[in-house]
Amino acid sequence: MDSIVRLFGYVRKYWFRLTCAIILMLVGTALLMVQPKIIEFTFDHIYEEGNWSMLVLAALSVIGVTLLQGAINYTERIMMEWIGQRTIYDLRNSIYQHLQNLSFSFYDKAQTGQLMSRATADVEQLRRFISFGTMRLVSSFFTFVFVLVTCLSMNWQLTILSLSTMPFLAWSVAMFSKHVRPRYRKIQQQMAELTTVLQENVTGVRVVRAFAQEEREIEKFRKKNWEYLEQNIITVRLWAFYFPLMNFITGAGTTLILWYGGRSVILGTMTIGQMLAFNALLMRLVAPVRMLGWLVNMYNQASAATSRIFEILDTKPDVQDRPGAKSMAAVKGHIRFEDVSFGYDGESLVLKHLNIDARPGQRVALLGATGSGKSTVINLIPRFYDVSEGKVTVDGTDIRDVTIESLRKQIGIVLQETFLFSATIRENIAYGHTNATEAEIIAAAKAARIHDFIISLPEGYDSLVGERGVGLSGGQKQRIAIARALLMDPRILILDDSTSSVDTETEYLIQLALEELMQNRTTFVIAQRLSTVKNADQIIVLQDGAIAEQGTHEVLLEQGGIYREIYDLQFKQQELQSVIAGAEGGAC
Amino acid sequence: MRGGGHGHGRFDAETLNVKVDASVIKRIGPFIWPYRFYLLAGLVFMLAVSVTGLATPILMRTAIDRFIREERNIDGLTTISLIYLVVYILNWICTYWQTYFVSWAGQNIIYSIRQRLFEHLQRLSFNFYDRIEAGRVMSRVTNDVNALSELVSSGILNVINDIFKLVGIVGIMLSFNWRLALLTFTTLPFLVLLATKFRTRMQLAYHQVRRKIATVNANLQENISGIRVVQSFTREDQNSQRFDATNMENMQANMQAAQLNSMFGPLVELVGAVGICMVLWYGGSLIRTGVLTVGTVYAFYNYVGQFFMPIRDLSHVYNIWQSATVSVNRIFELLETEPEVQDAPDAYDLPVIKGRVVFDGVTFGYYPEQPVLHDVVIAAEPGQTVALVGPTGAGKSSTINLLSRFYDPQEGRITIDGHDLRQVTLKSLHQQLGIVLQDTFLFSGTIHDNICYGRPDATDEQVMAAATMVGAHEFIMRLPQGYDTEVHERGSRLSIGQRQLISFARALLCDPRILILDEATSSVDAYTEVIIQKALDRLLRDRTAFVIAHRLSTIRNADKIVVIDQGRVVEEGTHDELLAREDGLYRTLYDMQFKHQETA
Repeated sequence: MDSIVRLFGYVRKYWFRLTCAIILMLVGTALLMVQPKIIEFTFDHIYEEGNWSMLVLAALSVIGVTLLQGAINYTERIMMEWIGQRTIYDLRNSIYQHLQNLSFSFYDKAQTGQLMSRATADVEQLRRFISFGTMRLVSSFFTFVFVLVTCLSMNWQLTILSLSTMPFLAWSVAMFSKHVRPRYRKIQQQMAELTTVLQENVTGVRVVRAFAQEEREIEKFRKKNWEYLEQNIITVRLWAFYFPLMNFITGAGTTLILWYGGRSVILGTMTIGQMLAFNALLMRLVAPVRMLGWLVNMYNQASAATSRIFEILDTKPDVQDRPGAKSMAAVKGHIRFEDVSFGYDGESLVLKHLNIDARPGQRVALLGATGSGKSTVINLIPRFYDVSEGKVTVDGTDIRDVTIESLRKQIGIVLQETFLFSATIRENIAYGHTNATEAEIIAAAKAARIHDFIISLPEGYDSLVGERGVGLSGGQKQRIAIARALLMDPRILILDDSTSSVDTETEYLIQLALEELMQNRTTFVIAQRLSTVKNADQIIVLQDGAIAEQGTHEVLLEQGGIYREIYDLQFKQQELQSVIAGAEGGAC
Repeated sequence: MRGGGHGHGRFDAETLNVKVDASVIKRIGPFIWPYRFYLLAGLVFMLAVSVTGLATPILMRTAIDRFIREERNIDGLTTISLIYLVVYILNWICTYWQTYFVSWAGQNIIYSIRQRLFEHLQRLSFNFYDRIEAGRVMSRVTNDVNALSELVSSGILNVINDIFKLVGIVGIMLSFNWRLALLTFTTLPFLVLLATKFRTRMQLAYHQVRRKIATVNANLQENISGIRVVQSFTREDQNSQRFDATNMENMQANMQAAQLNSMFGPLVELVGAVGICMVLWYGGSLIRTGVLTVGTVYAFYNYVGQFFMPIRDLSHVYNIWQSATVSVNRIFELLETEPEVQDAPDAYDLPVIKGRVVFDGVTFGYYPEQPVLHDVVIAAEPGQTVALVGPTGAGKSSTINLLSRFYDPQEGRITIDGHDLRQVTLKSLHQQLGIVLQDTFLFSGTIHDNICYGRPDATDEQVMAAATMVGAHEFIMRLPQGYDTEVHERGSRLSIGQRQLISFARALLCDPRILILDEATSSVDAYTEVIIQKALDRLLRDRTAFVIAHRLSTIRNADKIVVIDQGRVVEEGTHDELLAREDGLYRTLYDMQFKHQETA
């Protein structure tokens, strides 16, 4: 309920149109009563009493009323549709902007699929409710009132008698909603299960064949397929019981009118035209009552959808500009972690009292096991998260004292999972620097050792990447991401240097590109490549969120501590592995 | 909505231009035939329902003309009211049985088509899966079969029924008064136009809406999945502007569709009103001249209102038929695809093998005109480990695919203990092979289920033993539900290394004589690496093994290294032997890496 009220906060802006639409709707509903009255008039005053001069007028007035009613309905619907569409347009924009500004901590917890369904399916649900549901709810109510008043003015006994079927109709509608509707959800679930079996079978086809399990798979599918059939049959039987029941109750109402009305006509307490008008009026009620269950259902769903949407809109970004935060001037790139502690949930600390001092232009290589806190360190510099204790400074300024935008503009980031947008290669490279010139883009691509590949494509820099575009290998994507970071020419660079297995030549090109990228910038790199580590000014080995070892390659190797161990296990293996694997899987 | 089918707006622009003919029925005929009696029963009840609909205005007419106006007979009125009620009860009952019979037949037909499709998919060779994306294969079995369901469950019968209804209405009206009937029939062409042309335009408008909303959603999706990049490059404002533009386009497309949609109802009503106007006016003048009774005019009034439904439904059935035609074509294209690798007519079961594998002059290409393997000769003695090494695209994967008989060679042959692979049944072959692929695919279900995938009858002890052998037992026991832990979609909760170990256990449990292994290249942490190396050691022991090797340890321990380049075996020997060859490819690969490391 509350959430629906809040939703109308969005609609309120368009109150003038809304008022017009409601007035039109009222008039349109009232006009519904006219045709039955014309029937009454025609049968009583023309056919029975013989006022034949009125015949043409009465007949034409049916067309006239319908025209008027049609025009009104049309205008009202268009208005409501506009209000619904416009509100949803506003809401979608709000959601989009809000999602853009939410912090990483939100996305760590949220699932993409769920967010998507809120921003799409839930929003669509609301649109239908606003532009269609609300008006039908209101107009159903008024139709009922108008019919009741009109009928009562004609014959109250017959009114009561014929309306006595309405509770039954309402009951059958409720039963239909209660028993049949949930079944459709079950059918969908069943279909989803069937699809899962199918999907695993198709994507895992090699495993199925390798283990010669075709027959078992067929049985698995047969079971789900049969359950789907059964679920459908159950639903259809329920549907076939309740749906025609509604027809029957309507018919029973007509029967009552025929029987009692006809009797009254014979007894002279009613005219035949009135009887027929009664029936026509009763018919006007059937659609709204039948729709009632559906509307109630729609309301509930819309209400739930609204709550889910507002849940997103109400989430405050964890990382925000401080009031009065200043824009950060161009930096030299002196980064310090001063006694930094951090925990994602505020409880268990992922980083404990960390001190790092990276002077301008230095390269800091971070090493450690999974979960040791490497990624956390690099996430703190662009303020993807804020420290729990201590502070991170750039050129002596606490990064929380400057605006997020100005901070991030000075940092180039190459993440582990290379994400490219479905746009042209040019747009992807210029992603952080949209007004870059052609020459700048090409220079960046050359430095990232990807230019030659790009121009070998039929459409060169205008080739689309992503689902509908050209397929790029992991190595190619990574180099485009490097070009993207290079183009921004940041003072500070953050690099998650993952070894996705690439062939020897690509590996070589990536290393060249990386070296180019790290030149003259303060760099924090999560290093997997031996080359990157060897050339670092500082190697920091993390263990359980604290610095275990720190120094240069030679010093640490000498020490014979964890670094030595990692070197022996991982890098040596890497050296050997890449001998053979170096030539493998270039196209992954 | 009839029989639970619902399908407005599902048709896309492509479907709208499809010509409809009887070929659809011819093709799915064999699936329908077993249920003909159900369908026939459904049709009988369906016609009965239509008769009740046609009868009520006639009853009303008799009640008005005879009992109310002429005889003023209350008893007669009561009787006819009761009949009237009974007709409605019959309508209820007949609708129930109609729906039941038709759906039962329809659902069963759909079930059997779907099952046939799935079973066919189990037989199709990898060539097929190479060619067609998984999503499209799935869409055949789900969407296309669903698109048929409306046709078989109601589409065919409704054509008969709608025509019956229309003919009934027309006939009754003509018999009452042919002049008035013909006059009202002049509205029919307009209703037909609305039901066909106008609705087509509406569908096109909604097709446009669907395209626009797809763009909006794609934009949103990309932004959510790429949010880390978006924020890193502070692109928030620019992206919002872009989104606003697509969002606005979507709204405009919606408004256009809404304009047509909001016009449709009033237009239908207007045509109806013209019909009513004719009935009241000309019918009235016929009452005046004593040709017609009041009751008949009222019956006309009722029938005029019944014109539109069957016309609309017929045009809807036409749409159903169109989309079914498209789907049937797609489904049968799949069903008519022959598996390229099949059991030979005289194939025999492969007896229990020792594991001597011979590639005897094998030439193979995924497209026969582009061979990827040329005259390959490899021999592996029982128990030997053969490591396949070479650059990407050299033909290593093709080699193990042929040994698994996922494909057949164009020339030469592969034998196991002297049996040509093409002479034995696929099932008996795969039951004696263990295959571990690079992509460690796990099925949804528990870890236990996954380990015993190839041997569903394995005991808990055997499963555990296999897991212990590969060193997976330890981490499995640390999971909250141990072996009963659900692995979820594609094993998302397990690390890559853990998934590899489970797939090792899965292969080990089958205890195959011959093992085919495509070592994963993905890097795992040092600790897992050690476990995996040990597991591999266990896995390869005492079997003939073909390994696409990425680990030096694996290669070193191999009895034989086969270096493949451009589809040919270029070197063969042990690690030391091959390194000794100064200008060999193996040596080159090794050296290249060293030089490479030095430049860094």
